[in-house]
Amino acid sequence: MLQTLGLLLGCQLAGEFITRGLGLPIPGPVLGLVILLLALALLPTLSSSLRPTIQVILAHLSLMFVPAGVGVIWNLEVLSSDWVALLVILTLSTVLSMLVTVAIFIAMKRLMMRWVK
Amino acid sequence: MNNFVNLWSYLSTTPLLWLTATIGAYLVAEKVSERLLNPPWANPVLLSVALLSPILIFTNTDYGTYFEGAQFIHFLLGPATVALALPLWDNRATIQKSVVPILCALVAGSVVAAGSAILLAQAFDLPMNVLLSLAPKSTTAPVALGISEAVGGIPTLTAVLVILTGIIGAITVTPLMNILSITDWQARGFAVGVAAHGIGTARAFKVNPIAGAYAGIAMALNALLTSLIVPILLKWLT
Repeated sequence: MLQTLGLLLGCQLAGEFITRGLGLPIPGPVLGLVILLLALALLPTLSSSLRPTIQVILAHLSLMFVPAGVGVIWNLEVLSSDWVALLVILTLSTVLSMLVTVAIFIAMKRLMMRWVK
Repeated sequence: MNNFVNLWSYLSTTPLLWLTATIGAYLVAEKVSERLLNPPWANPVLLSVALLSPILIFTNTDYGTYFEGAQFIHFLLGPATVALALPLWDNRATIQKSVVPILCALVAGSVVAAGSAILLAQAFDLPMNVLLSLAPKSTTAPVALGISEAVGGIPTLTAVLVILTGIIGAITVTPLMNILSITDWQARGFAVGVAAHGIGTARAFKVNPIAGAYAGIAMALNALLTSLIVPILLKWLT
């Protein structure tokens, strides 16, 4: 567990180091993800030792959003009088984006399958 | 009574109390959600916030004090994002086969997520700084805040909108996909990852591991793409 945590933090640190050093518009943890992916490609046996801890972390991903979620309650006044419009926009835009994404994903997958045949 | 006051003033100055309360609220939310067989509306983030907020308001605790305890959990978002590499690695064979659908759906979904927010904000006649804060709402919080700041939005407003978007996506994805009888877990997961970042991804992992892996890819790729397309869309649409 400790080794896994150490490796995750190490990848994040390397990611932060690179993005900040080079001024890239990517968050450090996202680059850290790419670095861990490279580490797994170089050392595939790593995956089985990482799995137990990572499964626990990803099963409780929601927990990590709770502090920010509580922050929303404190900052609700920034929505001011626009809150109804904003909630409508967020809902419409999110649903629309999911519909388009799912439609294009499935359409391209079918197209690819026909191509392969 | 005096003892209690002393105890309270001690507890309220250490991170212990609100760290424990956050984990406790989440465990209760998780149990409730599981009991109800994980219905989309019983979102664990939303339930935890609903449990904690009245306690914080009742005890007159400000967010700074709360966050001193909660920061340890908030901090884990970073390593958890890195951890998404493992499901990507585990699913690499199927991911390699779906590179074209992934990239096409990513561009389309990301453009619609930001573009529709901009157009709707105009339709609702919202002030410009609100529109600018709204544009990056579908991407992960650190990226969205950076974009908001760069284009002249209000970062605090963006933070609130990003979290709300995540919760809305996590709640609507399952009923939406079921109504349309979409059974492709890759597509379902990918869609919620593009539109609703990490909170959507957390929901996807609860529903199906393949959906979770694809949501993770979508979230990571959209973090890269959104910072490129939001300035372009703002130029075109405003």
